[in-house]
Amino acid sequence: MKQFVRVAWVVMRKDLTVEMRSREIVYTTVFFAASCVLVFAFALVREGRPLEDAAAGILWISIAFAGTLGLGRTFERERHTETLRALMLAPSDRPAIYVGKLLGILALLAVVEAVLVPMIGVLFHAPFMRSPVWLLVLLFTGTLGFASVGTLFAAMLVRARSRDVLLPVLLYPITIPVIIAGVRGTAAILQATPDEPMARFWAALLLFFDVVFVTLSLWTFEPLMTE
Amino acid sequence: MREAIEMKRGLVTVVVLLVLAVGALAMAGQPPATPAAQEGFVPVNSLPQAEQLPAAPLLIAAYAFVWVALMMYVWFLWRRMTRVERELAELNRRVQRR
Amino acid sequence: MSRVFAPLAFVVMALFAMAPIIVSHAPYEQTMGLVQKVFYYHVPSAMLMFISAFVCGIASAVFLFKRSAAADRVAVAAGELVVLFGIIVLVTGPLWARKAWGVWWEWDARLTSSLLLWMIFLAYLLVRRYGGPGSEKLAGAMALFGMANVPFVYVSVNYWRTIHPKTSVLMTLGPGMRSAFWFCTVSFGLLYVLLLTLRRRLEDQQAQVERLYLTLEE
Repeated sequence: MKQFVRVAWVVMRKDLTVEMRSREIVYTTVFFAASCVLVFAFALVREGRPLEDAAAGILWISIAFAGTLGLGRTFERERHTETLRALMLAPSDRPAIYVGKLLGILALLAVVEAVLVPMIGVLFHAPFMRSPVWLLVLLFTGTLGFASVGTLFAAMLVRARSRDVLLPVLLYPITIPVIIAGVRGTAAILQATPDEPMARFWAALLLFFDVVFVTLSLWTFEPLMTE
Repeated sequence: MREAIEMKRGLVTVVVLLVLAVGALAMAGQPPATPAAQEGFVPVNSLPQAEQLPAAPLLIAAYAFVWVALMMYVWFLWRRMTRVERELAELNRRVQRR
Repeated sequence: MSRVFAPLAFVVMALFAMAPIIVSHAPYEQTMGLVQKVFYYHVPSAMLMFISAFVCGIASAVFLFKRSAAADRVAVAAGELVVLFGIIVLVTGPLWARKAWGVWWEWDARLTSSLLLWMIFLAYLLVRRYGGPGSEKLAGAMALFGMANVPFVYVSVNYWRTIHPKTSVLMTLGPGMRSAFWFCTVSFGLLYVLLLTLRRRLEDQQAQVERLYLTLEE
């Protein structure tokens, strides 16, 4: 068990260290997420003004798009330097490598969300800070659900053809429940009086999803990555 | 090594079931308000007369589509199967000759 | 091949030819009238779409964990049938809905889950076709995750407006309707088994062809 945690930690630290040198993926992904928000602000208008009710949806769509981009770029880097094969050759627990990569992606998305939430809050007059705890719970469980499936698929696709378009093709249908639950939960807490029971229901569903899909990913990572 | 993996899987399964049970309790504790779903078939006779569509073309279109879709798939299967069988026979002959 | 399956194929075709006759003799539904008869093809197709999704998911799991190539061949056959029966459901449904509800589409639990399931298995076929070498495993993971996803999609979409009739309607069918319905269900079921077996056989034969090419090269 300790070996597992150590390997995951080492993999994550490796990713973060490499990223900190150039900060390329972080900056570009955050900027991409911000541009998404702008596009939505101009696309979803009523009487010439942005739709304020759309804040929850825009938040989660931007997370999904930025996440897909970040996943693709992170694993492209691995493919380019052939480090994924080196990782697979190492005599370590394969699922630990998966967890390490997952933690790296979660860190990236945490930075993205730290920028997105205030930005959307300001641009769309969305009172995110009214229930900060529920917001954090929803963001964490939702992002974990999305990232868990995303990390597995992105790792699988490293050696595939047409990997750029196949990642969204595979990822979005599977993560629709995450989007639904995230948006509905966030919309519940953004109401005039935050609807906490509703938020709790959606957070519970997201937790379910996370447990099932992280487990499935852990089980299938090894058979998928080996020839 | 094998046993360790099996034990780990077993442990993970137990943890998963526990968390699912807790999650189920959390969800059950809150029955969200839902508008009632329709029971059985419900009529749409509140539409104005002008909006009422003739049903026959829709029904015929539906059945026709089902038949066409199934026929196309069967035909596609048939074509591929005859082609593969021909190839298989050819290859078998070549292997026999060796 | 045709010698082996001719009797079964004949039975299936005969059943299918009978179906419209049986359906036309079934009583009219009280409120929806003629258009409700789409139900006799729509519902069995929907059931088979879901069953096929599970067959594909389970076969993919066996393929991934036991490395059984035979399971993969069953999975691809079942995956194609999900898409086929899915198209049938998603076209006959709106044709019925246009008359019954006034709109072509509604975002309720059953429709949304069906559309999503269909798209997941369409993605399954896309990955197998365009993913390059090794894409069978990727597709297998997709099928497995897709199958696991079905309850989540259903629950999450269910807490929105639901306009779709509930499944309990099957129990309330009158006798004339019930026999027509079960007749169609059985015909579709047999057709499904036939198509699955044929498609799997095609995969088996293609695998054999590849093996022979390899032996010839030696």
